[in-house]
Amino acid sequence: MALDAAAIHTALRARFGEIIGDVAGTGTNASASVPPDRIHEVCAFAKTDPALGFDCLSNLSGVDYPKKSAIQVVYHLFSYKHRHHFVLKVDAVRDDPVVQTVSDLWSTADWNEREVFDLLGVRFSGHADLRRILMPEDWPGHPLRKDFVEPEEYHGIPTSRESLLKA
Amino acid sequence: MGLSGFEVSIERPTNGGGLATEDMTLSMGPQHPSTHGVLRFVVRADGEVMKEAIPDIGYLHRSIEKIAEKVGWHGFIPYTDRVDYVAAMFCNHAWGMAAEKLGGIEVPKRGEYCRVIADEFCRIMSHLISVGSMAMDIGAFTPFNHAIREREYINDLMEELCGARLTFHYMRIGGVGWDLPPGWSEKAVAFLDRFEPLIDEFDDLISFNKIFTERLVNVAVITPEEAIDYNLVGPNLRGSGVKYDVRKDEPYSIYRDVEFDVPVGRGELGTLGDCFDRYIVRMREMRESCRIIRQCLKQIPDGPVIAKVPRNFKPPAGDTYVRVESARGDQGWYVVSDGTAFPYRCRIRTGSFTAISMIQKVSRNLMLADLIAVIASFDLVAPEIDR
Repeated sequence: MALDAAAIHTALRARFGEIIGDVAGTGTNASASVPPDRIHEVCAFAKTDPALGFDCLSNLSGVDYPKKSAIQVVYHLFSYKHRHHFVLKVDAVRDDPVVQTVSDLWSTADWNEREVFDLLGVRFSGHADLRRILMPEDWPGHPLRKDFVEPEEYHGIPTSRESLLKA
Repeated sequence: MGLSGFEVSIERPTNGGGLATEDMTLSMGPQHPSTHGVLRFVVRADGEVMKEAIPDIGYLHRSIEKIAEKVGWHGFIPYTDRVDYVAAMFCNHAWGMAAEKLGGIEVPKRGEYCRVIADEFCRIMSHLISVGSMAMDIGAFTPFNHAIREREYINDLMEELCGARLTFHYMRIGGVGWDLPPGWSEKAVAFLDRFEPLIDEFDDLISFNKIFTERLVNVAVITPEEAIDYNLVGPNLRGSGVKYDVRKDEPYSIYRDVEFDVPVGRGELGTLGDCFDRYIVRMREMRESCRIIRQCLKQIPDGPVIAKVPRNFKPPAGDTYVRVESARGDQGWYVVSDGTAFPYRCRIRTGSFTAISMIQKVSRNLMLADLIAVIASFDLVAPEIDR
């Protein structure tokens, strides 16, 4: 049976108490915050609890928020069984972002976490194969961070050139 | 691109003093014709049997998500075409939907119909490429020519509709760029009248051709549980028998107002969730798309095709996650606005990305030649994987 966001939030609060933040947003975008070192058990419960039954991790994103010195990892959960949604948000410390992996719960998290590691530099503790996925192995920095500056060259290949047009 | 350079490695297993076999490590791609774009696999094989095939991606990474943060809400639409250029319309649509949801904009009814008509034509285009190239990869060249010939008609229709044949930039925030041109609907119906019988012909030619099906049936079987675990979407998910289609189950745009069926794999020639099931779902979806277009052309109301949207569009701060049913399935866009003229973050979760992450698992103990069938059956499009 599909639950609404409030019912899902109540179920999570009943099990984990105050570590689950207040509901923000409505409908399919309703979300709650979770501490980075508790996300695994929260997700494990969300997946295995029969009433919640979140069998699918629909999306895993990372967002850089330098103003609150956090990198946020966003989990869009979906249940094919019950056809309901919920969003979990984890704020990791920006200087040393570490978040528990959920790749043992949903296989799709494996590559998604690698992408967040590659592009935002979040380390997922417990991930079996945390390597860069889109950028070359020796690329400096994490491109989706707001303060990323593109290097002037890569192995002698310039990343920009002057315009050929002259006034 | 996490895998280091290509080295031939040879392991010498000891099997009790008997004849030792050696594992071979092969590099397939990035410029392999059947990898549908620039995409590489590191294959560990014992003779013709693969121990595993490890995908190596990133060759087409253009940092489209980063570009979104630099070019503004309207300016990003042409870039969305490049996320998946085989089915560009859906990325247009998803971006439009995300911006409209954040900005609280309602698209006029006629605009929504134009979107769905364009979407469904785009789905047929993409599926024709998929099934045609699948046959070609397996060794049958003629079906590909038939598929491309039909696709050419849709290219022409699209050119009349929006001026482009592949990267459309047809949709805008708030609707679509242009109304259907005069006489276009009649041409579209004439094409459907021609095309629908050809689907049957295509089925006779290839779909149930024993030489073709033998390569697909019982190959790379994926159970519904595995498909959900890896977040397979669209025809790949439905091929495993999971009846889920965003258009049907969480209807957006005007999909509520049209009738269509959601074909799913039934294991009709072999096991549920094999390559054939993924293939045949696409064939059947093309028929459903024709049905949807016909209904839309009949029902389309008069009126404007685009809402009034300020040139300097600044949606209020917030985030949203929208999903559209693209040709490669449920495509998820997580978009964050900070209230300025530039998107704060745009994350695109694509069907090809989750599908290719599964190849390492499904390729175990398959024949090397079957890897080609698996790649084709997943309908992988490299730019959509790498973004």
